Amino acid sequence: MRTIQFREAIAEAMSEEMRKDERIYLMGEEVAEYNGAYKASKGMLDEFGEKRVIDTPIAELGFAGVAVGSTMTGCRPIVEYMTFNFCLVGIDQIINNAAKIRQMSGGQFPCPIVFRGPTASAGQLAATHSQAFENWFANTPGLKVIVPSNPYDAKGLLKAAIRDDDPVIFMESEQMYGDKGEVPEEEYVLPIGVAEIKREGKDVTIVSFGKIIKEAYKAADELTEEGISCEIIDLRTVRPLDQKTILDSVKKTNRLVILEEAWPFGNISTEITYQVQSQAFDYLDAPVEKINTADTPAPYSPTLLAEWLPNKDDVIKAVKKVLYK
Amino acid sequence: MKKITKQTYLKWYEDMLLWRKFEDKLAAVYIQQKVRGFLHLYNGQEAVLAGALHAMELGKDRMITAYRNHVQPIGMGVDPRRVMAELYGKATGTSHGLGGSMHIFSKEKRFHGGHGIVGGQIPLGAGMAFGDKYNNSDAVTLCYFGDGAARQGSLHESFNLAMLWNLPVVFICENNGYAMGTSVARTANHEDIWKLGLGYEMPSEPCDGMDPVAVAKAMDKAISRARKGGGPTFLEMKTYRYRGHSMSDAQKYRTKDEVEEYKKIDPITQVLDVIKSKKYATQKQIDEIDARVKALVKECEQFAEDSPFPEKELMYDAVYEQKDYPFIPHKL
Repeated sequence: MRTIQFREAIAEAMSEEMRKDERIYLMGEEVAEYNGAYKASKGMLDEFGEKRVIDTPIAELGFAGVAVGSTMTGCRPIVEYMTFNFCLVGIDQIINNAAKIRQMSGGQFPCPIVFRGPTASAGQLAATHSQAFENWFANTPGLKVIVPSNPYDAKGLLKAAIRDDDPVIFMESEQMYGDKGEVPEEEYVLPIGVAEIKREGKDVTIVSFGKIIKEAYKAADELTEEGISCEIIDLRTVRPLDQKTILDSVKKTNRLVILEEAWPFGNISTEITYQVQSQAFDYLDAPVEKINTADTPAPYSPTLLAEWLPNKDDVIKAVKKVLYK
Repeated sequence: MKKITKQTYLKWYEDMLLWRKFEDKLAAVYIQQKVRGFLHLYNGQEAVLAGALHAMELGKDRMITAYRNHVQPIGMGVDPRRVMAELYGKATGTSHGLGGSMHIFSKEKRFHGGHGIVGGQIPLGAGMAFGDKYNNSDAVTLCYFGDGAARQGSLHESFNLAMLWNLPVVFICENNGYAMGTSVARTANHEDIWKLGLGYEMPSEPCDGMDPVAVAKAMDKAISRARKGGGPTFLEMKTYRYRGHSMSDAQKYRTKDEVEEYKKIDPITQVLDVIKSKKYATQKQIDEIDARVKALVKECEQFAEDSPFPEKELMYDAVYEQKDYPFIPHKL
């Protein structure tokens, strides 16, 4: 099978859907002439023209609101944020308008829109450029939240997000755009809200999503050499959460470690922990462990950043803890 | 512009009287606690709507506004009984009771809300115009907001994008003098809100918002410009609200004399004076209009009273297009 980069998978997903549906357009900072701040829309201006691939001024509130407004006339926009950190100046348009306009209008105005861009840390970018808001969006009824971890999932899920009739937050990573992976030439779409067991195992379940899942893979490799078998679940979608896949796995392994790059208070891991203790209490042989970032803004200094981020060693320690080793 | 005739005046009188009496009825049933939440009434500002409706192409053009939004959809053709029912939280309401006072919508009549966050609807209005342009429609969007919202950043981003992309939109500031209890003078170093458009080179002007003729003329010019591809206009309608910001407002920030001064130029009185002086209707005919309005408002109240409350499932069904969205279970 051919191998392509994550950014190419994103561009392919958008381009394939735009070829089929004139109602779809792409809007954001540097998406057109610059080919995307991270080249995730490379070639799209040339193919679709400036009517459908639209550069904006730096006005996240304004262009997000324009895009949401246009859904009321039948458009199906894709809005790119250079990072989700920047959406904060206009998050009102996502939370108060995109997520609620269908409900407030009694179902008259659905909002088929995709907000996409990078989330979480990407090297030494310090406090304002390293944040993960998956749980903020996942807390909001009306939205769906997708966080893929590889090019195959990214393409299949982005196509599903674009076709979906509800607003979708689609979160990528600056540090994944260059990742390569197998992506078939043939068309495929992946279902929203379905997790995938990336590795089967029997001793412990590790749940993760997004780029940080790579630390789980590394940890699992080392633990295999010690005779510990890890089952790794990639959530892929965090709202709605695929509880069944998690619960089935925990009922098999009886142990759970959750790895999430986010501040520790009230995050996705917290919700999973609650659901598992609520629905599989008798299956647990150890308390659930969750691994997150430090409970501080991201520091700049390389030594501090390494300390702040979760890594494979943290995963190994947590796995051994739930195994009482 | 469509000619302003005897029929126009009679329609204006009946429409504006209905809106006034509809809002008065809401105030009354609010005190009886049949309508709850916040309640922002349009009394005094009716000419802004009446003039605009005269210039609009109903069925094609769109409107969006903030939370003072009960009577605009009625003006655009929405059944007033359903608007009243929405305020009662009933299943027969425009949003089946999910939206309430601040969130009236009608896709059919192209009324796009009804928005509760000050200024949050301004980019949506620009976006509706963006969508119509994208879809090669010659519809025009009327995007309303108050003088309070004029101080939000959303206004500036929307103005800039609308000019940059030459969108078919008319931005209308209904300057009723007060952002809740804060007068316009206390929110900026100058009071000419219409001048905010000039920095974007947007055609901008003030207009007497108590006079439906002045409003209709200004709106017609702006709507024609947008429809012909001439882009946005910004109009500042100088108007006044007689009632408080919402029902819970004690109005200590203004004097009773000030309110009385504005009532002298009341839009309904102005229109009625013309009808009488030009003998467009006899007193009997005017009395008949008054009786019709009274009966209709009564009918709205009765309809809302008699309607059932929504089923519990609605709370879930309205959120997503997806029919089987797996909500987290609620209550044991």
